[in-house]
Amino acid sequence: MPLLEVEGLVKHFVRRRPLRSTVVVHAVNDISFTVDEGESFGLVGESGSGKTTAARCILRLTTPTAGEIRFDGEPIRSMSRQQLRRLRRTVQPVFQDPYASLNPRLPVGESVAEPLVVHRIGTAASRQARVEELLDQVGLDRSHLRRRPDELSGGQRQRIALARALALGPRLVVLDEPVSALDASVGAQIVNLLMRLQRDLGLALLFITHDLRLVRHMTTRVAVMRAGRIVETAATQAVFAAPRHPYTRTLLAAADLASRRGQVDPGENRPDDGDTPLREVAVGHWARV
Amino acid sequence: MSKESADRPVLLQVERLTTVFDLGDREAAAVRAVSFMIRAGETLALVGESGSGKSVTALSLLGLVRPPGRITGGSILWKGLDLVHLEETRLHRIRGREIALVLQDPGAALNPVFTVGDQIIETLLAHGVVPKPGARARMLELLDAVRIPDPDRRADDYPHQLSGGLRQRVMIALALAGDPELLIADEPTTGLDATTQSRIVDLLRDLVERHDLSLLLISHDLAVVSACADRVAVMYAGQIIEEGPAQAVLHNPGHPYTRGLLASVPGAAPGVPLRGIEGAPPRLGELPPGCAFAPRCPEQFDRCKTVMPESWAHDTGTVARCHLHDPGQAVPATTDEGGAPGP
Repeated sequence: MPLLEVEGLVKHFVRRRPLRSTVVVHAVNDISFTVDEGESFGLVGESGSGKTTAARCILRLTTPTAGEIRFDGEPIRSMSRQQLRRLRRTVQPVFQDPYASLNPRLPVGESVAEPLVVHRIGTAASRQARVEELLDQVGLDRSHLRRRPDELSGGQRQRIALARALALGPRLVVLDEPVSALDASVGAQIVNLLMRLQRDLGLALLFITHDLRLVRHMTTRVAVMRAGRIVETAATQAVFAAPRHPYTRTLLAAADLASRRGQVDPGENRPDDGDTPLREVAVGHWARV
Repeated sequence: MSKESADRPVLLQVERLTTVFDLGDREAAAVRAVSFMIRAGETLALVGESGSGKSVTALSLLGLVRPPGRITGGSILWKGLDLVHLEETRLHRIRGREIALVLQDPGAALNPVFTVGDQIIETLLAHGVVPKPGARARMLELLDAVRIPDPDRRADDYPHQLSGGLRQRVMIALALAGDPELLIADEPTTGLDATTQSRIVDLLRDLVERHDLSLLLISHDLAVVSACADRVAVMYAGQIIEEGPAQAVLHNPGHPYTRGLLASVPGAAPGVPLRGIEGAPPRLGELPPGCAFAPRCPEQFDRCKTVMPESWAHDTGTVARCHLHDPGQAVPATTDEGGAPGP
């Protein structure tokens, strides 16, 4: 049984405008995918594709319009309060900008300990030991504990955000553009750290990103989103080796700037998929073609 | 892009440019004795991570560094004229007319209460490049040159009605309004989607070629740099630490920092740890005495910690500021893989 199942997820935003007609934005329009225990899954798309909204639904930061999200086969909708509380420990987020997600007035050690306090886990002493262990896991030393976020570099802040996310021993970490705000050399360290943590702790990662190179490097399966829909999903290797949907091909070509030197622009205006359904074009490889 | 670039005249020659910021208790050099040149029709990319000094270098060229920053040394020769000591009124005429800047954030640089067409016309008139009756026609030409579809209709749009990619095109059109010879583009594709980014890169390449422009491209994105540049200069902690033909710098670099930067980008081997670089760049004003990269360098030896390296020619055609390439320096044998200089 998959750890996470997303089935027919829909999220509409209704925009009411004074004196004008109301518009409905179909941010996520009927998407389905699964993430297995210990797996690294990529949700790729450009801005406005709905990938972040989908992540927010999974993190229960927003309520889906329709569809079902299940953990261990259990639908979130029918969970009791107690189950939901446990779910918070199972699924943890890491966002793009650790500067915005850490309390600027709090020493970072306290930020890391906070989830343990909120969930009333352990004693003060055991929490302190756990925080030190977490810092060790993300490659920081104890001297960092008493610093405030603005005294740390971007990479160190992202390590703190990770330590905080790991505090409750989650099984799934949802990462929304975790390295795109970092310099390349620092981003590489975070990428390595994530891969190591995934292996050592058996974590499942749901990677939300626009960066195809990162997806290729870090994930085993991927879904490509465009305008609220999944246009293609398969093993990452298969998508990179033999992309089937025109949009995926455009994305891959765009990312490969260097080798296109001197070549012409890929198609500017692609036809919309409309209601072309996803179909299995090869074993485990689905595309709207 | 220029091929026989060595025959082309030198437009811009920067020698030992130094820009310092006064932090109150101490001074921090953001740009430290930077030298480079750009020939007519050539694209030079200035590459570096945040805080490396690449944007301050660009602002220094145009005399746009504001206090507490100031240029404390060096020269900027623009077609033989030293811009560092030029009076403001003459510099003002060079800005936009001869050297134009494309800013990083089009959202902040465009005026939200004027249509994009009006903003371009205003710029054209301010530069005095066209008489008023011809301004609208020239404005439409510019929108067309940056491949904005349906210019006649788009000209009447306000900035917020345009997508990020179209706004960036408007910024480029504004920069072209004064018919400059050198375009300085500071992170022109940062924050744009991949498909939009690749179209802006195509546009810049096309403009350089068709209008015989020179381009100083400032970017942290090695893919963008590799798609555009004839030559590449890599900055670290305010210095150019390696410079040379784009091919050589991006494929056979001599400086350990450049190698680490290239190895930080996910690429060839999925799932394998990236080699990358340990640690973080030094903070402005807290530089180590020797090589600024030494504390992070996998190949550093004693001399690196105390003596600032000179720039030396590397076998592949680049020039690297690194003791490893000093022909008079016996480099201690390293056991580390990749420790030996060159192939």
